[in-house]
Amino acid sequence: MASITMNNLVKKYDDGFPAVNDVSIDVADGEFLILVGPSGCGKSTLLRMVVGLEDITSGDLLIDGERVNEKEPRQRNLSMVFQNYALYPFLTVYENIAFPLRLAKGKFSEKEIDEKVRHASELLDLDDHLERKPGNLSGGQRQRVAMGRAIVRDAEAFLFDEPLSNLDAKLRGQMRTEIAQLQRRLGITSLYVTHDQTEAMTLGDRVAVLKKGRLQQIASPRELYEQPVNLFVAGFIGAPSMNFLPARRDGDIFHTPIGDIPVPEHAKGKLDQAGELLVLGIRPEHFADAKDVQDTPWAARGTTFEAELTHTEWLGNQQYGYVRYEQDQDVKAKLDELAKDLDADEMPAQVVVELDAASRIRGGSTTSLWVNTQKMHVFDPESGTNLTRDEEAGAELTREANEERKAEIKRLHDQNL
Amino acid sequence: MTTKQKLGWAIAIVIVMIWSLFPVFSILMNSFKSNADLQSGGFLPSAFTWANYEMIFTGSARDLFLPALRNSIGISVIATALAVVLATLCAYAIARLDFRGKRIILVTALAVSMFPVVSIVTPLFNVWRQIGLYDTWLGLILPYLSLTLPISIWTLAAFFQQIPWDLERAAQVDGATSFQAFRKVIVPLAAPGVFTTAIIAFFIAWNDFVFGIGLTSTDAARPVPAALAFFTGASMFEDPAGAISAAAIVVTIPVIILVLAFQRQIVAGLTQGAVKG
Repeated sequence: MASITMNNLVKKYDDGFPAVNDVSIDVADGEFLILVGPSGCGKSTLLRMVVGLEDITSGDLLIDGERVNEKEPRQRNLSMVFQNYALYPFLTVYENIAFPLRLAKGKFSEKEIDEKVRHASELLDLDDHLERKPGNLSGGQRQRVAMGRAIVRDAEAFLFDEPLSNLDAKLRGQMRTEIAQLQRRLGITSLYVTHDQTEAMTLGDRVAVLKKGRLQQIASPRELYEQPVNLFVAGFIGAPSMNFLPARRDGDIFHTPIGDIPVPEHAKGKLDQAGELLVLGIRPEHFADAKDVQDTPWAARGTTFEAELTHTEWLGNQQYGYVRYEQDQDVKAKLDELAKDLDADEMPAQVVVELDAASRIRGGSTTSLWVNTQKMHVFDPESGTNLTRDEEAGAELTREANEERKAEIKRLHDQNL
Repeated sequence: MTTKQKLGWAIAIVIVMIWSLFPVFSILMNSFKSNADLQSGGFLPSAFTWANYEMIFTGSARDLFLPALRNSIGISVIATALAVVLATLCAYAIARLDFRGKRIILVTALAVSMFPVVSIVTPLFNVWRQIGLYDTWLGLILPYLSLTLPISIWTLAAFFQQIPWDLERAAQVDGATSFQAFRKVIVPLAAPGVFTTAIIAFFIAWNDFVFGIGLTSTDAARPVPAALAFFTGASMFEDPAGAISAAAIVVTIPVIILVLAFQRQIVAGLTQGAVKG
């Protein structure tokens, strides 16, 4: 087990394109860190740089304090699970798992190898398949064999390169849980690459969000969700994603296409440097049917406005309503650029609101909606910075997550004793 | 496939089989005919005789045929082995590494294989005589390499490119050196491709006639296809067609054996299950 330290890592290709640009991340011993971002953000490249399959153009990579930039992959003693599993098709499951042990010539006796392979296969529920070839296994089983090959030797850390993206949705959820539990049980430092924000949120102790090779924010999932640093992180984390609403500030009032919203308390004094034109970020769950909040303490924490729902989606446990509006041409270009960064074509000029599943509001009807302005973020459309981010509240969330992790590892450790 | 499609395929296969096997069958029949039979022009021999085979193995054509057979086998096997080893290393580098001049190697290889053999034979004949390679095994192995290497490099490079690169990376992460990764992961996966290439290269060397007849003068190096041209009948008026047919059948047998022996490896899709899907 080890810590991994990345200091100002840069990867430039021959054409000068920086796939990874000045990324510094500290992965603590035993931590589960997620690298997340849309395709082409450099997350896989960064992982390959750590494992040694990709040269480091500049910067330092340290494993347990020792610089390993120039070391071969085999000298770094990391194990990796590949997106396409990369199992050796001509070897049985048993031999696939034993492969790294056999390569360490003379280090393990036949008996030790057998013990280690059987232990790994038991852990991963592969006992019935040891003599089969990978070609005859299902996707989930192959995935587990790849994991077995990774855990069989005492590697310093696990690296995962989108390990679940080839599985169907149901299996993905199941494997996600298994990976999380396995990591906790073994307490081994893990670095996990994914483009799926659900995986990032559920698995990670901390999540590093990358965009075009640059680190945007690294924090606990909660901090990313509640205190994003900029428009990109705010838009990437969360599904359905945060609503971005153009607004023109006039004193203490935001004029928005869906109505006027008073500037909330936490934003006051932070907007003086910014221009008149701003972008409000409001998550769908911070809206509600005004009828549901009136006469409750919530009503005072927000404001109500009238809107016409174009349509609604009922999902059983929740319901989403859609409100179309006229896009402000001055921010359209900026928002469309953001949408491109997030792998979409353009930012739809609509607000998604979460309604109570029991709500009878239907598409085409005009209704009174409530918005929780206390949870609202205000962004500068030019730089994308979150003007209302509360650094301390964010840091507190990450500190809490860190303590929870330590407590969990300790509990599992005590259980095993 | 519907029944109609199946029927169509069956008919097509039968036509192709007749088209390609009829000449072979005709030669096989000729090899069993007596001299008198050969003149009469019938398709099947009136009486099966082993006389032609006796003639090339024990009779008058023995001194011409047996050394030629030995030369053919020796030269083809050595040329094939060299071509496969060189082409494997070359194709692996082409498939895996990014280096300057990669395209030039491929294009040159293609250009060499396009070059008409006849136009090289005469200059080679002169050069070989000067440097003492004329009428030697090496004198044929070298030009055979120029025929077999290009096609071997091309087929193997295509084959290596199909092998998922991640397998090799996985092996390196698992603790293998580059060479171990090549030997323990790539070579087993590439085996079917190497077999296929070896067989193609062997056929090219085995079937060559132009170099064989142009660069040899005695049975020190003359291969079978060239030796066939020197067969004579019992008298100058007698056609050696029977003996030639018998020799042709004998040289076809190794080819058939090779294909039958290795068709599993040739066809086997060994990479199945390596990656998703």
